[in-house]
Amino acid sequence: MLRPMQVAPSETPALNNYSPEVRQQLFAYVLQLADTSLILGHRLSEWCGHGPILEQDLAMANIALDLLGETRSLFQYAAELEGQGRTEDDLAFLRLATEYRNPLLVEQPNGDFAATIVRQFLFDTFHYHCLVELHKSPDAQLAAIAEKAVKEAAYHLKWSSEWMIRLGDGTAESRQRLDKALATLWRYSGELTTPTATEQALQAAGIIPDYAALRPAMDAHVAHVFGEATVPVPQGVFMMTGGKEGRHSEHLGYILAELQYMQRTYPGLKW
Amino acid sequence: METVEINLEDQFQARIDADISIEPKDWMPDAYRKTLIRQISQHAHSELVGMLPEGNWITRAPSLKRKSILLSKVQDEAGHGLYLYSAAETLGASRDQMLADLHSGKAKYSSIFNYPTLSWADMGCVGWLVDGAAILNQVPLCRTSYGPYARAMVRVCKEESFHQRQGFEIMQTLCEGAPEQKAMAQEALNRWWWPTLMMFGPKDADSPNTAQSMNWRIKRFTNDELRQKFVDMMVPQAEFLGLTVPDPAVKWNEARQAYDFGEVNWEEFWNVVKGNGMCNQDRLGARVKAHEEGAWVREAALAHAKKRAERAETQAA
Repeated sequence: MLRPMQVAPSETPALNNYSPEVRQQLFAYVLQLADTSLILGHRLSEWCGHGPILEQDLAMANIALDLLGETRSLFQYAAELEGQGRTEDDLAFLRLATEYRNPLLVEQPNGDFAATIVRQFLFDTFHYHCLVELHKSPDAQLAAIAEKAVKEAAYHLKWSSEWMIRLGDGTAESRQRLDKALATLWRYSGELTTPTATEQALQAAGIIPDYAALRPAMDAHVAHVFGEATVPVPQGVFMMTGGKEGRHSEHLGYILAELQYMQRTYPGLKW
Repeated sequence: METVEINLEDQFQARIDADISIEPKDWMPDAYRKTLIRQISQHAHSELVGMLPEGNWITRAPSLKRKSILLSKVQDEAGHGLYLYSAAETLGASRDQMLADLHSGKAKYSSIFNYPTLSWADMGCVGWLVDGAAILNQVPLCRTSYGPYARAMVRVCKEESFHQRQGFEIMQTLCEGAPEQKAMAQEALNRWWWPTLMMFGPKDADSPNTAQSMNWRIKRFTNDELRQKFVDMMVPQAEFLGLTVPDPAVKWNEARQAYDFGEVNWEEFWNVVKGNGMCNQDRLGARVKAHEEGAWVREAALAHAKKRAERAETQAA
């Protein structure tokens, strides 16, 4: 169903052979993925101890941990690509808000459990399908990170899909809350598959998947889950973008205030 | 009737004395069942409430590695809560009722969690001291007379000792770091030392349930015995870290081969038990809020499961 990568693995340039321009683009892209997992993991970890039922508290902590693990691998790779001696923690904690490149969706507040589920479902749908293809990337490091993450993302998608169905086809209240969450969050879903100039360049070079090619499988999954949930798929919604280019909502600043607190208060120390 | 009852009770005590574990379907005295439900549910509640003071630092952890470790640790506590609620359920208690008792204030949880976590070093102290004290309380429970509880505790203790090492490692990193990190470690120790000594409960003379629990082998050491063990274990560790335990009376006693130490402030202990600690209202409030705000989620899950079951039945028909 998906278009195969344009560059076969055997033709891959080794890390050192990337042109400075591609290397810079790859650095920006890996950072974008790392920021995305970091910020969503941060949001999910805010639920820890406050979930609607102990089993789901555990599930959300699990997903947050998976995302944090993926984040660390990505930041480590980004640091290597940059080659300036920055560490994973320098990249995660010591940048300005405009330098974070996560899409707007993942910085949105947890809201009620329905909002958390909708945010997670929209992200997981993209994340899983993107990783399936990224796993075939000619960039060996990205492919290896994707190989590990795709197994976890498959579980995340199963979890959030099941909850979409339960909430949509549960009680009148759960349905009303799900509808409200969709009305708020659907408009952030388009950014996930809208490539930035950097992504377009890497897509053209065959290093990352073409998002247009991911759409059929993503749309089919969404249609299936919404069908089971008895919820119509929103149509004709204006899509907000900007996060992947550093134009964020007001929420990110508060996330960073907490996230960066220790590193900013005690610069240069080891923990 | 009475004769049969006495025989059962004698047989029960004989099994206990022979260290044969009691299983859910075995006959047991009502008081034994009640004591266990109280103790196991309190322990489960402590795991649940105990997620909050550490959860407080997840979003502010100073490095990605520390954040990961802390989040896994808090998640382990949720897991411990699950095993323990399940163990209590084998005695006929329902999770809903146990939670209702926690929320109404009828059931207690460990008072240590009513103290605030104010700095990153508190993540070190909670692991090193609080989990250290919990382990001393819990290791004997791996041999407690009630089988499901003992088996749950084997798993809990394995994870707790891992947590304790992590806590110590946080403290060690701080103590080997910059002066402000070492000061942070000392300040946290000053706040946590006495409250952890209180975790072993009132002095033996003031602990009315100890004798019966020892006799039923639910408990294997007295509060004062465990408190002494804790001090003997922790004072040398604090010295190794280069930290000072905030008790001028701490001194090695050659004759007793143990450390002498000062008197716990029992007035503070009873005050916190009665609800007057810094965080009692916040901790319980957070649990009640999570439960109440989660009601519609639990209802939706049940309603959906019912719809599915009905549809499956219709299809089968």
